[in-house]
Amino acid sequence: MPVDSLVKITDINFAYDDRSILNGITMEIPRGKLIAIMGNSGCGKTTLLRLIGGQLKPTSGQLLVDGQSVPDMSHDELYAMRRRMGMLFQFGALFTDISVFDNVAYLMREHTDLPEEMIRDMVLMKLNAVGLRGAHNLMPSELSGGMARRVALARAIALDPMLIMYDEPFAGLDPISMGVIGQLIRKLNDALGATTLLVTHDVQEAMLIVDYVYFVSAGQIVAQGTPDEIRASDDPFVHQFVFGEADGPVHFHYPAEPFEQDLLRDSAHG
Amino acid sequence: MVEKSFSAVIALIRGIGHRLNTGLQRLGFAARFFVMLLVYSGQSFRRFHLTIREIYFSGFQSLLIILVSGLFIGMVLGMQGYETLQRYGSSEALGVLVALSLTRELGPVVAALLFASRAGSSITAEIGLMKATEQLTAMDMMAVNPIARVVAPRFWGGVISMPLLAALFSAVGVFGGYLIGVVFIGVDEGAFWSQMQGSVDFRFDVWNGVVKSFVFGVAVSLIAVFEGYDAVPTAEGVSASIKRTVVYSALAILALDFVLTSFMFRGL
Repeated sequence: MPVDSLVKITDINFAYDDRSILNGITMEIPRGKLIAIMGNSGCGKTTLLRLIGGQLKPTSGQLLVDGQSVPDMSHDELYAMRRRMGMLFQFGALFTDISVFDNVAYLMREHTDLPEEMIRDMVLMKLNAVGLRGAHNLMPSELSGGMARRVALARAIALDPMLIMYDEPFAGLDPISMGVIGQLIRKLNDALGATTLLVTHDVQEAMLIVDYVYFVSAGQIVAQGTPDEIRASDDPFVHQFVFGEADGPVHFHYPAEPFEQDLLRDSAHG
Repeated sequence: MVEKSFSAVIALIRGIGHRLNTGLQRLGFAARFFVMLLVYSGQSFRRFHLTIREIYFSGFQSLLIILVSGLFIGMVLGMQGYETLQRYGSSEALGVLVALSLTRELGPVVAALLFASRAGSSITAEIGLMKATEQLTAMDMMAVNPIARVVAPRFWGGVISMPLLAALFSAVGVFGGYLIGVVFIGVDEGAFWSQMQGSVDFRFDVWNGVVKSFVFGVAVSLIAVFEGYDAVPTAEGVSASIKRTVVYSALAILALDFVLTSFMFRGL
């Protein structure tokens, strides 16, 4: 991996009260690259994004974005950093009381003093990039899931961020929309000269577009490599994940006492 | 047997303690939230169009229910008041009775109760659902403070709307009393208005009513935005928050009314 990293995470631990979520994660996200973090639901992927965005503070470890330590930032420094970040939320999180146009214009109006005509041009450019210039007058409730995700994408890149983070961008989309979003993520990263961090459990779609993959399980990095290395990997976890097998290192059953014991138990206990 | 009842008592005490603890924690959180709300209120005044939008939603759109209720309450007061007053041969005092009841008590209190159920509940639902759909988190990630951008304008919109709505409620109520007393029953019009003018004191009656409705506005708006912001981000969570907004607002209005009244009219 190249030395010049936009995000550098060293031995990060995070826990909610006593429940440990991340254990000793170390990773680097080089500038200009598209990196995926994969893992099963609840493995701590989204927590990692929140740590990078400074919405959560790690219990221990070092987390640098563009050379600055995120956990040590003041409120103002944090907001200054977030202005240079774009984030796409799992279900888009569009503001439902304003139109598609106003959603994309939101950050430009909040953070810049640009005249309204210029904002209009910029919004139409962003919407054109995601193919939805014609939908700028619609309200979020009038959009399909795939369209809403693309609007959220246009909003995330509104201020040409240095780092774009995607939280499950493929969740709940049909195959065509998935392909469209995947291609857009790659194209926008390259066109904007940004760095992209993609959190997903959609292996096949993500492997087509990313430069490097980290696999996270139970709060730890269990495997990493380029998509080709991952496909060729004989690690049992990676194999189970990439090929979607029901049982393997990740068990089908939630931990429980033996089945017979459960069946024989007094029914009053439920 | 003794052991069982002993453990039941322990469980009861533990339950009470737990509730008290949770209640105190929420109260503390609400107080901190209120301070943050005040700290970040600058934006809702600097960019006053945000607050004007909320005055439109919670104030203007509550007009219909406020005006219609005010009219009916005034008319009922007219009928009841006349029925009682005419027994003592003082039906000309109807105007005074209607105006005093409305400006001192019914205007601020009933308008605030209606405002809590019409506007307070919708503010809670809106903020709660914004939280549930990650809109507040998204805003925070975009370096836009949700308290400054979403919560404060709604709070001030409510605080500004409330006294205006209460004043309109009282005005329409007086008109309702006039309609029944003078137009339908036939109380002397001159006596109705002149006695009202003579007996209703601006500072003592009208201004105190305005102060009351301002305090109710602060209480209801704070409860509404806090319950929305603190909602558990699920369907049940938001519905429970809306319920709490209506219940807590009603209790707060009535309790504050008692406290304020006893301070304002203690010379009586």
